[in-house]
Amino acid sequence: MTTVATVQEGTDNPYALSHLDSLESEAVHIFREVAGEFERPVILFSGGKDSILMLHLALKAFAPAPVPFTLLHVDTGHNFPEVLAYRDRVVAEHGLRLHVASVQEYIDAGKLRERPDGTRNPLQTVPLTEAIQQHRFDAVFGGGRRDEEKARAKERVFSLRDEFSQWDPRRQRPELWQLYNGRHAPGEHVRVFPISNWTELDVWQYIEREGIELPEIYFAHEREVFNRNGMWLTAGHWGGPKEHEAVETRLVRYRTVGDMSCTGAVDSDATTLDAVITEIAASRLTERGATRADDKMSEAAMEDRKREGYF
Amino acid sequence: MTTTAEQLSATTLLRFATAGSVDDGKSTLVGRLLHDSKSVLTDQLEAVEHASRNRGQEAPDLALLTDGLRAEREQGITIDVAYRYFATPRRRFILADTPGHVQYTRNMVTGASTAELAVVLVDARNGVVEQTRRHAAVAALLRVPHVVLAVNKMDLVDYAEPVFAAIAEEFTAYAASLGVPEITAIPISALAGDNVVEPSAHMDWYGGPTVLEHLETVPVSHDLTGCHARFPVQYVIRPQTAEHPDYRGYAGQIAAGVFRVGESVTVLPSGRTSTIEGIDLLGDPVDIAWAPQSVTLRLADDIDVSRGDLIAPVDDAPVVTQDVEATVCHVADEPLTVGRRVLLKHTTRTVKAIVKDIPSRLTLDDLSQHPAPGKLVANDIGRVVVRTAEPLALDAYADSRRTGSFLLIDPADGTTLSAGMAGASFAAVEEPAAADDDAEWDF
Repeated sequence: MTTVATVQEGTDNPYALSHLDSLESEAVHIFREVAGEFERPVILFSGGKDSILMLHLALKAFAPAPVPFTLLHVDTGHNFPEVLAYRDRVVAEHGLRLHVASVQEYIDAGKLRERPDGTRNPLQTVPLTEAIQQHRFDAVFGGGRRDEEKARAKERVFSLRDEFSQWDPRRQRPELWQLYNGRHAPGEHVRVFPISNWTELDVWQYIEREGIELPEIYFAHEREVFNRNGMWLTAGHWGGPKEHEAVETRLVRYRTVGDMSCTGAVDSDATTLDAVITEIAASRLTERGATRADDKMSEAAMEDRKREGYF
Repeated sequence: MTTTAEQLSATTLLRFATAGSVDDGKSTLVGRLLHDSKSVLTDQLEAVEHASRNRGQEAPDLALLTDGLRAEREQGITIDVAYRYFATPRRRFILADTPGHVQYTRNMVTGASTAELAVVLVDARNGVVEQTRRHAAVAALLRVPHVVLAVNKMDLVDYAEPVFAAIAEEFTAYAASLGVPEITAIPISALAGDNVVEPSAHMDWYGGPTVLEHLETVPVSHDLTGCHARFPVQYVIRPQTAEHPDYRGYAGQIAAGVFRVGESVTVLPSGRTSTIEGIDLLGDPVDIAWAPQSVTLRLADDIDVSRGDLIAPVDDAPVVTQDVEATVCHVADEPLTVGRRVLLKHTTRTVKAIVKDIPSRLTLDDLSQHPAPGKLVANDIGRVVVRTAEPLALDAYADSRRTGSFLLIDPADGTTLSAGMAGASFAAVEEPAAADDDAEWDF
């Protein structure tokens, strides 16, 4: 006796979609659901590859009409200038509306205090949640992917947040079929993650297939960096390097793009999409493990920040 | 990792779910699949090793890879569905990792709702137990097209063929009677790695695929030519720009079947008819499109079509009804009672509804029917009769998972109450004879 029931012959099905087409179709469906059910959606747009991918998918979802959403960027004040330039170029090119919530303004006004370690990533939560309340956004698209981190793996595609933007992982709505439940009370909103099911490799392969332009810091370039806690950080006005930290010029690129104070560069000679994809496929480190300091703070760092309203 | 270049060429995607009781070794199987397919990266493994050491454990606890929440790690249990991603040179996988506790039936329902394959784990020493029958029933109810029975811990029964054969036979007979269309039984040891990714050296008598091999080769989609074509309208695209002054397209994801330019269609519930003038696939015109592509349909006539409508071929449209009979899995803590006013979300349409009757509740332990239970509580599966305020173009779930499924929602606070599957429960089962009460378990 071998198998008890027989397996169908695995004939080539002409109707089978490629994995990228399946993911694209699913993400587009999610964008259109939000457009159909919410009053004031917004896309979180940082100029990083995941938010660039989201914008590209939104453009395709509503073509030939314009994207029916505005954009929101939480500017930490320590963002990469190349990325900010890219952000402004894309916004102008597609005639989009961009809101900017500024961490620096909060610090200058005394509403937020700089952390001793200089990291501003956790400081984004307050400007983000206040911007959501102020503009009465009821659906907030984020580029979070479940493959990034174990708390994110538990995240729903539609994630209800209370008036304080808090995430309660134990009280999530079960999510069945493709029937997303976006009902919410006034003051509450829903975080929406259209690329939940994409992996880092999927993102890069899709960017290559679609010929999407990215900020140049995603590709190998010479940069002045210094080593802190095993990561190559960019020297700059944000507060690095300290006296004992030596600056050197290295050939690097970025796998993620966030605040300069906590986003590390990786050694790389990948100057093309093809080379980047080959490099990622061979990497034995996740993108967050390789380049994000804030996730290393504790075992549940991401979960704790998400509970407070982080995206 | 030597397979990099090939891994990049993997083109199809399989969504599958795992189900198993607490000690059947599900975490080990998932860990083995991830680990042996080289999907656990160094920093993730280091984090697990670090956390395991902090807990005073000597060996890395692979369950920490999948138990992502504070409460889960504290209690050492899985309380919620998590999704995992891995790839082999032949295919990409999305794994819905569902907890096995009895009280979390809703989680298996959640995981199975989008799965094309379910892996049901059994401990070779215990054979088919109540929980196994429960998992098989949920897979059948959700109409997961492929079921794998993984008979685990074969190393603890001396890799004995008769042990496997007896369990496989019992499970196959049971699952087939539930209407599970395809069952593949595989003897494994997740701990030792037998037949998970690598073929076992201990079971010469087994000539079938390993778990991974089967996952890689199982067909991912149905033959669409036999499916009723269904297109729920999500959103109306009207640019009203100088470039596109008259463009009016109906955006949506094809729920089932195939649509072609030139086809005569009807729009439900209004019943108006027209012809497909054009299909735009995310900006590019095409002649033909199929499920699950997200497209935009343009119709030849300027008729009233809006979000919530369903477009179907003129000669193959579903019946429109306000009386829904269905099986539901109740997922909320608050009970579902007769007379309850709810919202019903079906495809892109949400309507007011009232629960007219709850004729029966199913006991998953022995699949017996309890007539007129009065209410359904969390994790109950039962039959309901619902009257809707507006007509719905509803298929039987047996014909279309997408257009036969719905949610019941609490109108007050938006809580998802129940997951519904319209129509009779198991297509393969004959209507039981009225006198034959013992055989009746049609839920």
